[in-house]
Amino acid sequence: MGCHLCEYYCAFAHSGKIDMVKAFSGDSKPQPRLTIEEGDSINFAVSCRHCETPLCVKSCITGAMQKDEDGRVFVDESRCVGCYTCILVCPYGSVIPGKEKAIKKCDLCIESGKPACAENCPNLAIVYEERG
Amino acid sequence: MLLKEGQVRIPSGCAISGMFSREGRRISGQDIVKSISVMHDRSNGLGGGFAGYGIYPEYKELYAFHVFFDSNEAREDAERFINRHFDVVNLSRIPTKKHPRITDAPLIWRYFVSPLHGKLEESQLEEKEYVARCVIKINTRIDGAYVFSSGKNMGVFKAVGFPEDVGEFYKLEEYEGYCWTAHGRYPTNTPGWWGGAHPFSLLDYTIVHNGEISSYDANRRFMEMFGYKCSLLTDTEVITYIFDYLNRRQGISLKDCASIIAAPFWSEIDKMPQDMKEKFTAIRNVYASLLITGPFSIILGYEGGMMALNDRLKLRSMVAAEKGDLVLVASEESAIRIIHPEVDRIWSPKGGEPVIATLSGGEI
Amino acid sequence: MGINYFTPQYEVCRDPKKCIKCKVCMRQCANEVHSYDEELDMMVADDSKCVDCQRCVSLCPTRALRITKYQNEFKENANWTQQHITEIYKQANTGGVLLSSMGNPVPYPIYWDKLLINASQVTNPSIDPLREPMETRVQLGSKPQKLEFDEDGKLKTKIAPHLDLQVPIMFSAMSYGSISRNAHESLARAAEELGTYYNTGEGGLNEDFYQYGKNTIVQVASGRFGVHVGYLSAGAAIEIKMGQGAKPGIGGHLPGEKVGEDVSKTRMIPVGSDAISPAPHHDIYSIEDLRQLVFSLKEATAYTKPVIVKIAAVHNVAAIASGIARSGADIIAIDGYRGGTGAAPTRIRDNVGIPIELALASVDQRLRDEGIRNNVSLVVAGSIRNSGDIVKAIALGADAVYIGTSALIALGCHVCRSCHGGKCNWGIATQRPDLVKRLNPDIGYKRLINLVHAWDHEIKEMLGGMGINAIESLKGNRLMLRGIGLSQKELDILGVMHAGE
Repeated sequence: MGCHLCEYYCAFAHSGKIDMVKAFSGDSKPQPRLTIEEGDSINFAVSCRHCETPLCVKSCITGAMQKDEDGRVFVDESRCVGCYTCILVCPYGSVIPGKEKAIKKCDLCIESGKPACAENCPNLAIVYEERG
Repeated sequence: MLLKEGQVRIPSGCAISGMFSREGRRISGQDIVKSISVMHDRSNGLGGGFAGYGIYPEYKELYAFHVFFDSNEAREDAERFINRHFDVVNLSRIPTKKHPRITDAPLIWRYFVSPLHGKLEESQLEEKEYVARCVIKINTRIDGAYVFSSGKNMGVFKAVGFPEDVGEFYKLEEYEGYCWTAHGRYPTNTPGWWGGAHPFSLLDYTIVHNGEISSYDANRRFMEMFGYKCSLLTDTEVITYIFDYLNRRQGISLKDCASIIAAPFWSEIDKMPQDMKEKFTAIRNVYASLLITGPFSIILGYEGGMMALNDRLKLRSMVAAEKGDLVLVASEESAIRIIHPEVDRIWSPKGGEPVIATLSGGEI
Repeated sequence: MGINYFTPQYEVCRDPKKCIKCKVCMRQCANEVHSYDEELDMMVADDSKCVDCQRCVSLCPTRALRITKYQNEFKENANWTQQHITEIYKQANTGGVLLSSMGNPVPYPIYWDKLLINASQVTNPSIDPLREPMETRVQLGSKPQKLEFDEDGKLKTKIAPHLDLQVPIMFSAMSYGSISRNAHESLARAAEELGTYYNTGEGGLNEDFYQYGKNTIVQVASGRFGVHVGYLSAGAAIEIKMGQGAKPGIGGHLPGEKVGEDVSKTRMIPVGSDAISPAPHHDIYSIEDLRQLVFSLKEATAYTKPVIVKIAAVHNVAAIASGIARSGADIIAIDGYRGGTGAAPTRIRDNVGIPIELALASVDQRLRDEGIRNNVSLVVAGSIRNSGDIVKAIALGADAVYIGTSALIALGCHVCRSCHGGKCNWGIATQRPDLVKRLNPDIGYKRLINLVHAWDHEIKEMLGGMGINAIESLKGNRLMLRGIGLSQKELDILGVMHAGE
C-alpha cells in the first residue's frame, strides 16, 4: 500500500541501535536493504529474492558475495571492493550501492531470524516463507 | 415482612421420593412417609407433602379438589364460584390430626365435583381444560383460597413442616394408592406458606422437584403465552404447566416431553441418523423455550403412571430401583432401602434419561 | 465568500524529537493532512483536514503522533455549544443538509450499561464451560404451534426453512458500495468459517461472492438494487429492509463517485450514477402490501428460504412488529437508533428512533402477550458493543444479534464517522482502489473470527455463571437481569426488577 514502513524498519534493523528515533537522528541515516517501487495502483517492495543460482555470486570478483547452505545470499562486507558488478547483473535491482564502499543487500535479518520488513508490514504485503 | 410464594421467587433445595406398583396394588401411605423421613436432613421443616394416586376409588369419576382457605369468607367466596361451575357431590374437611410441629394450619377442605353440563358446553372447552381454567381462576382471583389438588382419584397432601410430620398430620396411613410421591423442602427464604409446599399439581399431574432451574423465567414467559399464569413463581409450578401443555394439550408422549425439557446436546444430535437428527433438531428448535437448564430431579405423577427425570447434566442426585412390580425412585438410595432392603435392581439414571412406570406394566 | 468561519476539530500533535520523517503519515492520509516541508526539513500538518481516524497514529513507527481536540474554545454556553454553532456556520456556508455517518453519538442513556447479569451461588451450581457442554447454537425462523410424531416417534410436522447459527451473532447489512470489496470479502469468509451469516445490504451481491451463498443473507431494499432471481436464490435467507436504525423513515444515497465499474455491475445501475433508495418501498404502503412482498419473495425462491423483515426501532415498534409477525415473515430484525450507517442526515441520525433495549423489551413482551412470539425469531441490532450486551439482549428476549459497527472496528475502523466522505483510510468505507487495498481480507477475516470466538467464549462463561448450559434457556429470561439506576417506568418497560430486589 506504499507506506514505505518496510524501508524504515529494515534500515533500523541494520542500524545496530535499539531505539528507532536514535537510529534516525544524527547526520548519517541508516540505509535500508530494500526499496519500494511505486506505480499507479501497484506498489512493490524490491528486495533480494535469494535466487537459486544467484548471478551476483557468480559475477562477484572478490568472492564477497556468497550463498550459504540455507540458500541465503549474503555479502561479506570486508571483502567487497565496491565494483558494483553485482548491481549490474542483478535482474531484480535488489542490490543497493552503499554509502560507504561495500554494497548493501538483504540478509534476511539473520541475527534475529525474522526479517524486519515482513515482521512490520502492516498489511501482510511482505511475507517471509520458505520456497523449495 | 417476608413475602410468600407468588410475591417473590424463592429458590429451594429438597428431597424427593416416589413409588409405583405396576400391577396397581394399593400401597399404604405409611411406606412413603417412612421413605421420605430418612432424608430428614435434606429438608428444613419449611415444607413437606405427598401425592397419592388411586386413593379415592369410590369417587374415581369425580375431580377431587383439595383447597386451603385463609378464612371462612374466602371459603364462602370460593364455594360460590365452585357451585356456579360444578356439581358438588361431596364436601368435607380433610381429616387431620393435631400435631405439635404442624401449626398455623389453614382451613383444609375437600370437594368431589363434576363440571356443570350447561356451563361446560357453553364454554366450548374440553372437560379437562374447563376444570384447569376454573382452578387457575380460583387460585389467581379469589384471595385466600388455593386449590392445591384437582385430579381424579388422586390427592395432594402438603403443609409447612417436616414431611414425616406432614404425613402424620394428614393421617396418610389411612390412605392406599398404587402410586405415591413425596417431597421434603429446603427453601432458602420463605415465611412458610402452605401453598408453597410440594407437590404442585394441576388436574392429575403432580410434580415433586429437587433443584433450582436456571431457565425459569424463559420457561415461565413462554408458558404464559398459552393461558397459564405462574402465580407461585416456583420451578415446580412451571414444570407442571409444561407437562400439562405438552402432554395433555399437545398430545406429546412423556418420553418426547423428556427430550424437550432435558434435550440431547447438539453434539449428540449431530451424530444421530438422519431421521432422528431431524426430529431432535425440530424439538430443540420449536420447543427451545421449554428446555430446562440448571439442576433438577423431578418425579411426575399422573393418572396411571409415574415418570422420574434428571436434568441433562445430572446436577441433582436421583436413584431408581425395581422390586417385583414396584418401581421406586428417590433422591438417596437410603430412602429406597429403608422400605425394601433387598431390591431386584438399583441404578442411577443418566441425566435426561426418563424412568417411566405405567400401570399396564409399561416401560422403564 | 468572506470569512471562513471554520475552525479545526482536531489538532495533530507531533513530537519533533521522535519524528524520523519517514513520511508514513503523509503517505497514509487520504485527507492530505500531513506533508513534508523541505525548507524546514520537517513534517507539518494541516489540522483542519484531520478527521481523527487515527491511521497515522497507528502506523507511526516511533509513536511521535497524537491527535487531540483542537484547543480553541468558543465562549462557554451550555445551550449554544461549539458544535451547534459550527454546524450553523457550515449550513450558512453551503445551504446543505448536514451529513454524518456511523451511529448516533449523542449522550442519550445506554440501557445496556444499566442492566446487570445474575450468577449462581450455593442454591444452584454454576457450570464450567471448560468441563461441561455449553451450547450457543441458535435456530432462527418461524416455528409451528406444535410438533406431531407418528407411532414410531418419527417427526410428522414439516418445519419451515431456518437459519442455523453456531453462535448467536450475525454480521449486519452493509452494502457493497458503502463498504469496500475487501471488507465484504472479510465478512463473507468469516461468516463461513464461523457458521453464521453476513448480509449483503442493499447493494446486490458481487458474482465473486456467490461462493459464500450458504452464509449470506441477501437484502431487498426500496431501491431494489442488484435484485434478480439469481441473487435471491444465492443466499440462505432474504431480508426485506423496511428501515435502518440510523435513519428511520428515509432512504439511502450512494453518491455517483462510489459507483465504479464493479459496483455498477453488482447494483445493476450505470457507472457514475447516484444510487438513490427511496424512503418507502413504493410497493409497500401498508402491512398487507408487506405480506405480498414476503410471499412474492417466497414464491420466487420456492419456499426454501426464510424471510427477514428489518425495521428501525421507532415509537410504535411493538405494534409494527406484531403486524410483521403475522405477515408470513420468519424473522424480524430490529435496528436501534445507535445503529451505524455509511451516510445519513445528521439531524435524523441524532434525533429519530428509540434505543434498541427498550424496543426489544416491548416487542418481545407484545408478541408474548399476543401469543405469537414463536411465530418469528427476533434479531436485534443497533450498537452491540460486547458480549455483555449480547447476553443482556438475549435475556431481554432476542434470539440473536446483528453486529455491524463492532465488526468494522475489528477490521480497523476507529469510528471517526467520516464514511460519507469516501476516503476511509482504513480501506473499509471507501471504493478508492489505493485505499481498499489497505484492508487485507486475509487479515480481516481472521480478526473477525477472533472477535466472534472471543465473544462466544465470554457468553459461555456468563451462561455457565448463571447455571445455564444452552443459550435458549437465557432467551427472554429476564429474571437474570436487574436494572441499576433506572426509574420504575424504565424497569417496567424492560420487564426487569431493580438491583437488590
